[in-house]
Amino acid sequence: MTRPEPMSRWAAHVLVGFGLLLMIAPFYFMFVFASHARSDIFSLPPPLWFGDDFLLNFAILTERIAFWRSLGWSLYVALASTALTLLFCSMGGYAFAMFEFHFKKPLFALVVGTLLLPSFLGMIPTFMIMDALGWIDQPRALYIPGAASAFGIFMMRQFISSAIPYDLVEAARMDGCGELGIYWRIVLPLLQPAMGTLGLITFIASWNNFIGPLIVMRSPEMYTLPLALRSLQSPANTEWGALMAGAAIATLPLLVLFAISSRRLIDGLTAGAVRG
Amino acid sequence: MKRPQLPCLSPKWAPYVFLSPFLLLFLVFGVFPLVFSLYLAFQSWEPAAGLSTMKFVGLENFSFALQDEWFWKSLKNTAWLAIATGVPQHLVAIPLAVFIHGAYRRSRNAIIGIYFLPYITSTVAIAMMFTTLFSTDYGVINQGLRALGQLPGLGWLLPAQPIDWLNHAENVKPAISLVVFWRYLGFNTVLYLAALQTIPADIYEAATMDGAGRWQQFWCITLPSLRPMIYFGVMLSVIGGMQLFEEPFILTGGRGGTDQAGMTTAMYMYRTAFEFNDFGTASALSWLLFIFVALLTWLTKRAFRQAQPQGDGT
Repeated sequence: MTRPEPMSRWAAHVLVGFGLLLMIAPFYFMFVFASHARSDIFSLPPPLWFGDDFLLNFAILTERIAFWRSLGWSLYVALASTALTLLFCSMGGYAFAMFEFHFKKPLFALVVGTLLLPSFLGMIPTFMIMDALGWIDQPRALYIPGAASAFGIFMMRQFISSAIPYDLVEAARMDGCGELGIYWRIVLPLLQPAMGTLGLITFIASWNNFIGPLIVMRSPEMYTLPLALRSLQSPANTEWGALMAGAAIATLPLLVLFAISSRRLIDGLTAGAVRG
Repeated sequence: MKRPQLPCLSPKWAPYVFLSPFLLLFLVFGVFPLVFSLYLAFQSWEPAAGLSTMKFVGLENFSFALQDEWFWKSLKNTAWLAIATGVPQHLVAIPLAVFIHGAYRRSRNAIIGIYFLPYITSTVAIAMMFTTLFSTDYGVINQGLRALGQLPGLGWLLPAQPIDWLNHAENVKPAISLVVFWRYLGFNTVLYLAALQTIPADIYEAATMDGAGRWQQFWCITLPSLRPMIYFGVMLSVIGGMQLFEEPFILTGGRGGTDQAGMTTAMYMYRTAFEFNDFGTASALSWLLFIFVALLTWLTKRAFRQAQPQGDGT
């Protein structure tokens, strides 16, 4: 590839750098504002460096909302939906990848078909189903439907059919290993990379989920973190310092997860696109 | 390690056993709601009196929605936002990806990671953050603009008064688009980077030998090779843009902002159901929105087919 002229190259470097700043700036201000009192945040010029009011903001935060409880619900729902999704999607993906059975093709087409349909279509019936089941304000209203992830099944099937040779399963069967044993002792260990990626994606999606809890979690003591943070927002008198502190704490685990697994996450989230 | 005794399972029944937990949930919580939603769109009932008062009303919900001024307004807002966030994203992401692909090796993953970061963080946290940044008198964005305006030669480009981003009807949509653009730029850039990696390097070498300049290579090799990915990326932007909910919902405090200028159709559907308690009309709204998404998808497909150069097999 030819090298461009140095001038335009420098300009491009500057633009990429400027873009990086724009990407980071909101996060930076979130953490900076989290450590300033409300009156300091809205001053001229705005605070550009960390202050020392974080504990004060945090005290306001825990006084206004049940912060720890919401954090607990968020964590509980995220862990439960990750565990269930991994179990059910690895089993289902294995069935789709390695077995022949009745209605396999139409079933898989149905799974892929729902991936293409916009999620808002199911919003109202989902609320009505949860209401009928008595699951309003129950965490299971979030993690049980979440475990039926069409994306997860699709991803697992693709991974199993490309990474696990059918001969291996057949050989184990010849050696007298039962079907559950093959899944548990042979397939599952080989699935680890895909399970890691799907687990991360599911955890993050659940942690960030806003619409789901908005519809089924009605009482404030059942709010997950995003709902609790939003309940702090009021037209007249929002405690912005406390709100930023809460947002910063909610974002921190994601930043840590992303820092240690960004490559894997990016590949996983765009994998469908790249193969397509 | 102690091995648990697993119950015996014949290969004939195994796939059904493995599939059944997923399938059960998928049918109940994935497929049934879609079917049920179509049914609801033709029904009307008093929510307080329960589902027993439900009755078939034909296309009444649809005709009500189509005569509803707010529905058209929300659809216009949604289309505006989809275009204003979709088009610039790709116009910026393509050159950005080409440059990152060509110019960075070792720092590349770090750069991509940072551009991608907004995509994985909570919309609520982000939208809250931007609400403070957009604040009229003291917000960082207006103060930044003011500082820029004091630089010589730039003053005429920038507004003299601080912009009332979130309370002034004209500014709400640009403010929302800015947030959405910021959030999805990195995602699109990663898509294009992945596509760029599949272009064989010897095409560029051959082009260089033939004396093709940098721009010629971009227009004649890179852009045509990216075409399938542009199609895919634009499609994702269209579908995603038409479903915008969280960003406008938080930025406008859940109510759509002054004069409903920031109310998208997905938001209007939510409000029809959960504020106005009209589930039938809300279901009809969701199917109308779905029809518009499908229509736009089809138009995008057509536009790409017409723009297809001859001899391109993709």
